[in-house]
Amino acid sequence: MIKLDSKIPEGNISEKWTNHKFNMKLVNPANKRKYNVIVVGTGLAGASAAASLGELGYNVLAFTYHDSARRAHSIAAQGGINAAKNYQNDGDSVHRLFYDTVKGGDFRAREANVHRLAEVSGNIIDQCVAQGVPFAREYGGLLDNRSFGGAQVSRTFYAKGQTGQQLLLGAYSALNRQVALGTVKMMTRKEMLELVMVDGKARGIITRDLVTGTTEKWVADAVILATGGYSNVFFLSTNAMNCNTTAIWRAHKKGALFGNPCYTQIHPTCLPVHGESQSKLTLMSESLRNDGRIWVSKKKGDMRNANDIPEEERDYYLERKYPSYGNLSPRDISSRSAKEAFDDGRGVKGGEAVYLDFSDAIKRLGKHVIEDRYGNLFEIYETITGEHPYETPMMIYPAPHYTMGGLWVDYNLMSTIPGLFVLGEANFSDHGANRLGASALMQGLADGYFVIPYTIGNYLAENKPDGLKNSNEEFAKVEKDVNNITNRLLSINGKQTVDQIHKKLGRIMWNKVGMARNEKGLKEAIKEISELREEFWKDVKVVGKADELNQNLERAGRVADYLELGELMAVDALHRKESCGGHFREEYQTEEGEAKRDDENFAYVGAWEFEKNGKWNLHKEELKFDYVKLATRSYK
Amino acid sequence: MSENKLNLTLKIWKQAGTNAPGSFETHKVTVSPDASFLEMLDELNDGLEREGKDPVAFESDCREGICGTCGLVINGHPHGPVPRVATCQLHMRNFKDGETIYIEPFRAKAFPVLRDLIVDRSAFDKIMYAGGYVSVNTGGVPDANAIPIPRDIAAEAFDAAACIGCGACVAACKNASAMLFMSAKISQLALLPQGQAERHQRVEAMVAKMDELGFGACTNTYACEAECPKGISISNIARMNREFLVSKIVSKLTD
Ligand SMILES: Cc1cc2nc3c(=O)[nH]c(=O)nc-3n(C[C@H](O)[C@H](O)[C@H](O)COP(=O)(O)OP(=O)(O)OC[C@H]3O[C@@H](n4cnc5c(N)ncnc54)[C@H](O)[C@@H]3O)c2cc1C
Ligand code: SF4
Ligand code: FES
Repeated sequence: MIKLDSKIPEGNISEKWTNHKFNMKLVNPANKRKYNVIVVGTGLAGASAAASLGELGYNVLAFTYHDSARRAHSIAAQGGINAAKNYQNDGDSVHRLFYDTVKGGDFRAREANVHRLAEVSGNIIDQCVAQGVPFAREYGGLLDNRSFGGAQVSRTFYAKGQTGQQLLLGAYSALNRQVALGTVKMMTRKEMLELVMVDGKARGIITRDLVTGTTEKWVADAVILATGGYSNVFFLSTNAMNCNTTAIWRAHKKGALFGNPCYTQIHPTCLPVHGESQSKLTLMSESLRNDGRIWVSKKKGDMRNANDIPEEERDYYLERKYPSYGNLSPRDISSRSAKEAFDDGRGVKGGEAVYLDFSDAIKRLGKHVIEDRYGNLFEIYETITGEHPYETPMMIYPAPHYTMGGLWVDYNLMSTIPGLFVLGEANFSDHGANRLGASALMQGLADGYFVIPYTIGNYLAENKPDGLKNSNEEFAKVEKDVNNITNRLLSINGKQTVDQIHKKLGRIMWNKVGMARNEKGLKEAIKEISELREEFWKDVKVVGKADELNQNLERAGRVADYLELGELMAVDALHRKESCGGHFREEYQTEEGEAKRDDENFAYVGAWEFEKNGKWNLHKEELKFDYVKLATRSYK
Repeated sequence: MSENKLNLTLKIWKQAGTNAPGSFETHKVTVSPDASFLEMLDELNDGLEREGKDPVAFESDCREGICGTCGLVINGHPHGPVPRVATCQLHMRNFKDGETIYIEPFRAKAFPVLRDLIVDRSAFDKIMYAGGYVSVNTGGVPDANAIPIPRDIAAEAFDAAACIGCGACVAACKNASAMLFMSAKISQLALLPQGQAERHQRVEAMVAKMDELGFGACTNTYACEAECPKGISISNIARMNREFLVSKIVSKLTD
């Protein structure tokens, strides 16, 4: 029987991390090189962890399925990274960042973790600047900040619209230095397909070399997963094409509990789907909502072009429903309202799109001002759609963007499997039921640079190297399991392609486990997903061979895992009979249509234990709010 | 969004492995002008997979022009005919109905083909291992605002740092030189105060590594700049050459 122990240190919230750092055991510097640590993933979380552990002297093996560490999905983050530096003297502090994050997460995150995140946030910026990350600066040469949703202070550091790229290249450079020094061995184009456990502890992984197709066995004293989020379960999302859940899902099936799988963030301003061949969705910066007005026609199925719809027949629905926040209503509200308009048959030409119109702003401020503010975004829009937002309104629609859920970890970032640590978007930790903008980059780097280098030492000090080799029978057994799955996928030879089935799954998830959920839909989803899973294993067609570069096979394995995770997301969403953050249950809303939390019954982390396919057991980690008072989020 | 579909003939490079011979394979496709170039290939592959045939191997990830994974030579141009656009952002409305499109991998001695349109660009990482960093450990660094940097210098460093490591510059160059890619990193760090301490050893180590990896020399044809999807300026190469020269002189003087 698993007992969840969050291992939150004693003491006042602002002293917990300091005390904990002192109380943790250390590994003698001369002994560190005797330990092998596997890091899977080289995004912000993984690259920063691997580099920092290499600097400390551990022997690090870093894995990525990409051809280079620099390609991880973190590279695509645009807006910025938060830190409580208070450089603007506008009243920011560690406590305020802590407070905003707990509140923004709709009171479903662990206070102690969030406080630590806020504490180390400033160090992240120092570290990045020292590496040469070219953040935006003011004329005096000091760092510039902008403000972001969910905060009343300017604490977001940025590098044009390419913050993720610059931060990742910084972490990548630190990693490269360790590769050159020989402390980190970089393993590119290798995909982790299984976790290997020996005596109940994480002791290694099985990978498939994506060029030759060979499976390989790797031993370590601890394994770190920093493998990113799972928004691609929806098929269409803002995530990169290859983002997947395989690493954490296979670990979950080996015993790691999955925390809050249903918490997903749907971003309101993405480009709409253009047709069946659409492969992914592009995020447009939220800043557009500062000057754009969102509307749809008042008529159902209105097929007229935007400019032919007269003013009095337009419904500026956000301004109408939320007069005080209007077009700047929070992410979840804006997304849901767009879906309501579509459900009502009033999307653009009956489709999944709404208008974001700049004509008023252009009239009021002049074209040059709008060009100055949004010129580059308008250009991107034009490249993709071939339309000019200066002349016709932009079309936007919400899209899956970020997953707050992930493997459950304790305060030390260790999962319920001893020796298995989980960092970045892959864990469930700091964002509760909703992540604030510019906080994912912060969390990834906090985990990698400033948390894991301490907490892993505490574990390793108690788990001394024992000379385990990959000739151990457990490795051979798990490798065989991996090969069995591969062979099974290749031998089905059915009629549907992997993408066809993935798209079907995406539709179920989007319609029934997406922005607004209800009991009936979720029950249907659970049934439909399990049927689709059966269909997959009977009727999928995977071409090519196991021992070659085979992208079709790679995708098939990932979709097989999504077909299991999707069901768990629905199970979690069904059990959580409240609305909070990114989880909106239609049955639980206020009269004004706002999310209605149930703190009495649901102020806990839902951590799911895998029993067998389609069967999970729920464990609860009660959440206590000693420092931030439980309150209803309000946008009035 | 337009309704008129395009009928196209694709001549796609197929090659089973690094040492296997390669040749063009012909495919006919019908595609919406609103689709992206890579979505056209997705659709082609979905059809091939349905028929039990091998799909065309090509790489992509972000599909937003930032990760540098994609990269095809389209009608002789790395990343295709539209300037400052990566392959993944190229849309089919830039092509005409009835057109024949040639699709090839990036070709360079240092980038061997792995399969079809996928090449091995790990040589770029190796150049970075040689010195593309500031040697600082995690922790123990000064406060971020203790290092003021003039806004225009920061902006210039940013422009150089915007390189996505795609390799189009190498593919565009008749000498397969990696100068634009490498000079972007060297410029970024040479411009910033953080990069000063290792300025000379960095440029020497990276240049030596580039030569060793089989990239060619730069003969100033400007082809790299013209094909770079991020508009990385050739002035970075001039800066790198200056850095290299100064470094050689300094090391002579201190010999
Ligand atoms: C379009 C977009 C914009 C965003 N903008 C912002 C923003 O402005 N601010 C913000 O704070 N956040 C933003 N986010 C969120 C943020 O970018 C991510 O949450 C964060 O970068 C995730 O980092 P990570 O290190 O956890 O994972 P990732 O960067 O996704 O890295 C995952 C790594 O794991 C590897 N991997 C995965 N599985 C395996 C396997 N089985 N075997 C081997 N390797 C594997 C991958 O190769 C990769 O190296 C944005 C997200 C998107 C989609
Ligand atoms: S310099 Fe330009 S073309 Fe060359 S790798 Fe960088 S982004 Fe690509
Ligand atoms: S796929 Fe990322 S740059 Fe093209």
